[in-house]
Amino acid sequence: MHSLSSSSASLSSVPSHHPRHPPSVPLPTLRFCGLRPEALFPRPLSLYSSCSSPARRSARRLRSTVLVSASAGNGPPSKFDYDLVIIGAGVGGHGAALHAVEKGLKTAIIEGDVVGGTCVNRGCVPSKALLAVSGRMRELQSDHHLKSLGLQVAAAGYDRQGVADHANNLASKIRSNLTNSMKALGVDILTGVGTILGPQKVKYGKDNIITAKNIIIATGSVPFVPKGIEVDGKTVITSDHALKLEFVPDWIAIVGSGYIGLEFSDVYTALGSEVTFVEALDQLMPGFDPEIGKLAQRVLINPRNIDYHTGVFASKITPARDGKPVMIELIDAKTKEPKDTLEVDAALIATGRAPFTNGLGLENINVVTQRGFVPVDERMRVIDADGKLVPHVYCIGDANGKMMLAHAASAQGISVVEQVTGKDHILNHLSIPAACFTHPEISMVGLTEPQAKEKADKDGFTISVAKTSFKANTKALAENEGEGLAKMIYRPDNGEILGVHIFGLHAADLIHEASNAIALGTKIQDIKFAVHAHPTLSEVLDELFKSAKVNSPVSSPVSEPVGV
Amino acid sequence: MSRLLQTPFVPCTANPSLRRPTNSGSSTTRLSARPSGTRIHAKVREIFMPALSSTMTEGKIVSWVKSEGDKLSKGESVVVVESDKADMDVETFYDGYLAAIMVEEGGVAPVGSAIALLAESESEIADAKARASSSLETPSSPAPAPAENAAPVPVPASPSPSPSPRPAASVMGSAVHPASEGGKRIVASPYAKKLAKELKVDLAGIAGSGPLGRIVAKDVEDAASAMAVGEVPGTPAAAAESPAVPLGSVVPFTTMQGAVSKNMVESLKVPTFRVGYTITTDALDALYKKIKSKGVTMTALLAKATALALVKHPVVNSSCRDGKSFTYNSSINIAVAVAMDGGLITPVLQDADKVDIYSLSRKWKELVDKARAKQLQPQEYNSGTFTLSNLGMFGVDRFDAILPPGTGAIMAVGASQPTVVATKDGRMGMKSQMQVNVTADHRVIYGADLAAFLQTLAQIIEDPKDLTF
Repeated sequence: MHSLSSSSASLSSVPSHHPRHPPSVPLPTLRFCGLRPEALFPRPLSLYSSCSSPARRSARRLRSTVLVSASAGNGPPSKFDYDLVIIGAGVGGHGAALHAVEKGLKTAIIEGDVVGGTCVNRGCVPSKALLAVSGRMRELQSDHHLKSLGLQVAAAGYDRQGVADHANNLASKIRSNLTNSMKALGVDILTGVGTILGPQKVKYGKDNIITAKNIIIATGSVPFVPKGIEVDGKTVITSDHALKLEFVPDWIAIVGSGYIGLEFSDVYTALGSEVTFVEALDQLMPGFDPEIGKLAQRVLINPRNIDYHTGVFASKITPARDGKPVMIELIDAKTKEPKDTLEVDAALIATGRAPFTNGLGLENINVVTQRGFVPVDERMRVIDADGKLVPHVYCIGDANGKMMLAHAASAQGISVVEQVTGKDHILNHLSIPAACFTHPEISMVGLTEPQAKEKADKDGFTISVAKTSFKANTKALAENEGEGLAKMIYRPDNGEILGVHIFGLHAADLIHEASNAIALGTKIQDIKFAVHAHPTLSEVLDELFKSAKVNSPVSSPVSEPVGV
Repeated sequence: MSRLLQTPFVPCTANPSLRRPTNSGSSTTRLSARPSGTRIHAKVREIFMPALSSTMTEGKIVSWVKSEGDKLSKGESVVVVESDKADMDVETFYDGYLAAIMVEEGGVAPVGSAIALLAESESEIADAKARASSSLETPSSPAPAPAENAAPVPVPASPSPSPSPRPAASVMGSAVHPASEGGKRIVASPYAKKLAKELKVDLAGIAGSGPLGRIVAKDVEDAASAMAVGEVPGTPAAAAESPAVPLGSVVPFTTMQGAVSKNMVESLKVPTFRVGYTITTDALDALYKKIKSKGVTMTALLAKATALALVKHPVVNSSCRDGKSFTYNSSINIAVAVAMDGGLITPVLQDADKVDIYSLSRKWKELVDKARAKQLQPQEYNSGTFTLSNLGMFGVDRFDAILPPGTGAIMAVGASQPTVVATKDGRMGMKSQMQVNVTADHRVIYGADLAAFLQTLAQIIEDPKDLTF
């Protein structure tokens, strides 16, 4: 039940019905981790709900909830064409489709563009190719770093087309992998724009109408371009264009300093561009834990050829034409008074993403979007204009705006499939990790320190923070990459992990030990006994767990003792 | 003598120390040596390097969160310090004003030593500043930020720009930019701005060479080196001799310094003599100003002029290998001495007479970059047939150079300075003049040869149209 076949899903679906396994042996002196699944799934999902519905939910209530679609797909042939139709073949739709097949559902996926969606074609995947290049360029350009390793390298250069091809080839490869994996499992891939005609009825392409027992909307998002900005795709661009790397401007303004903007600043500066950030809030990297943001600015912004304007909006951006450069008019974010004008070679609009629901036929099921997003409850069930649940329609991923991350979409899709196959499931969004693939990387899961403080004040508990530096990690020092920080916010009374934030070498790969612990409800006093190979970067987390001061005894044995 | 040879400077090319004025570690020894008995003013407090861990003995200033003159309230972060374990924000225990920063960003200070002064009221800021500079024992340093004046060894003194930079005439003029509202708005790229701050160059005085007149990093570098050239001789290149090595110790030669030493002793076997000449550079300066924006450097111009003069005087391009014969070199390869961290190297502009000035300038930039990265191939630094050495950046008006073994002549170039001169028609006027001084091997090159060569060179420089052909 709790096995997971989807390769793209990063979260395991936690079975809430699993029998609780009482600790059968006393605390062993010798522990091995992960030997017995029972020990890893000790209780239903963590108790507080997703970010958008902050109401706390008790485990009791969770179990007693009546399921909407009770009958699973294992019965007699259904009167519908499909058990499940997914509109949108991005990472979210793909994750849902694979899990649905595993659950025995007859599944179709409708795609109006190309399989893979934003992530694979215009997002995470090609950007990782560019960032792989920028990371290597940085290493090769860092005389100081190379010298300290005793290396000598002649001046590094790059071929723009070669770099662009790498990104494009990677996207095609992942796209075909995704397509093949669905075809091999028998998912019908239907081409055309999907429109909901009414309850359980979907049109795709020109006039193909199919019926489905359940429908998942997974139409994703497009880059958000604020008013007054004219995107020409050449000198004023969005991430869609930037990933094609058609040119490397001498000077590029990046509007928005979130993770998209940051990653592109990493790419562009490594390739020789100078960058100017335009950020509406008063500080750069507003979404990150403040301490991590500060350190990241010290490492990723200040020493590079980057300057920035904070507290300003780009009220008007005109592409380069008639021999004039790209003009960016800046106004004060608060007073709206004109502040400055920038003249640059290119501008990248990285102000976030807007949900894409055009032509979806939401009006046919009486659904009105909120700021463009499809309203859903914590089980991804779509809510109509009257505040009632729309039966058999779910919405996952960027289109519902809960957490705009590919792996979150996939996890939401899996959660929905669990529900329609007769098992209630609520995804704990606080256990979903996020990463920014700069050099070095930033990753996080759960609450930031201010968020945790706020929650602690409200709910009347205290929090503590454990910190460690990559300077204290042998492997990081061997790589000469001691710059970095990991911090964990936790409850000293019961050992619950509230959030973990990492800035440093391979942070994106390191976060999962923490996110899994949060997802499975593992407490610090337990996980601190798990062993990490030495010397590895994972010891950064080990250090965090061990330095935490928890006033609660070890709650359960990690495994049966095995003598050697 | 050998000292002189160790310290040539390349015109119009920022040397490494110029690019990174804040050099870590240089001011620390002085900080720790500061007399502990400094009189404590009642209302000026010292901010100490804190001990952030039990094993920490010294800390590096990662960044100053506040700047001099900022008001501080108790508990506010003032500075970020890197210890052996982590970077930490350091807070102030008192209200007041950050009067003087004594250890700049990147600098290292022992635990317990003062890194800044805190004044209780605004009126005491000046007092505190005075105290900061006196306690740093650098009476010659006028700047409130003494750490920046410490030069890396052993290149004497980045020609550290004076605190109130005086842009040289060549970079004066408003930034011509179509959209800069008549020079009111300055359009400079992020890196140019960063460099300008580091090099203390005023962007307002720089004409941009980037797209649409934008100021780019190169313009700032040029302006900084032009400023250094424009420095009046006699202005001390501040803190030139500040030792960043522990005094009283013996430091072995590096490989490069060992090679220099060997060559210098070797040079004593060659009978040399010297001939000097004064050359008017007004026309050359004008030409330089005109084509600078195309990436042409003064070094390339001088090398080109020298090469063209050598074409007419092949004997000056010859050498004596065995003590019995002339070796007339088939190509004219101009070696130019460049100061490096820990010594000097002579990248070679090959066939300088044949390569056009633009390619030559590009080649030069490439060579300097490679030299800095220590990636020069042997033929790129040992194939010179004639050597140039220029100390004009420092305001040196004349010097002589030691002849590198294996070559026939080396020319020492001084600073070009405005000079009052009388002309033949009985008038007086202001002209920019520079002195050059050639050292040559008298076994092959005689006095008359050098004299004729210098005359030709002066003609070329004073009427430089051939340089760009």
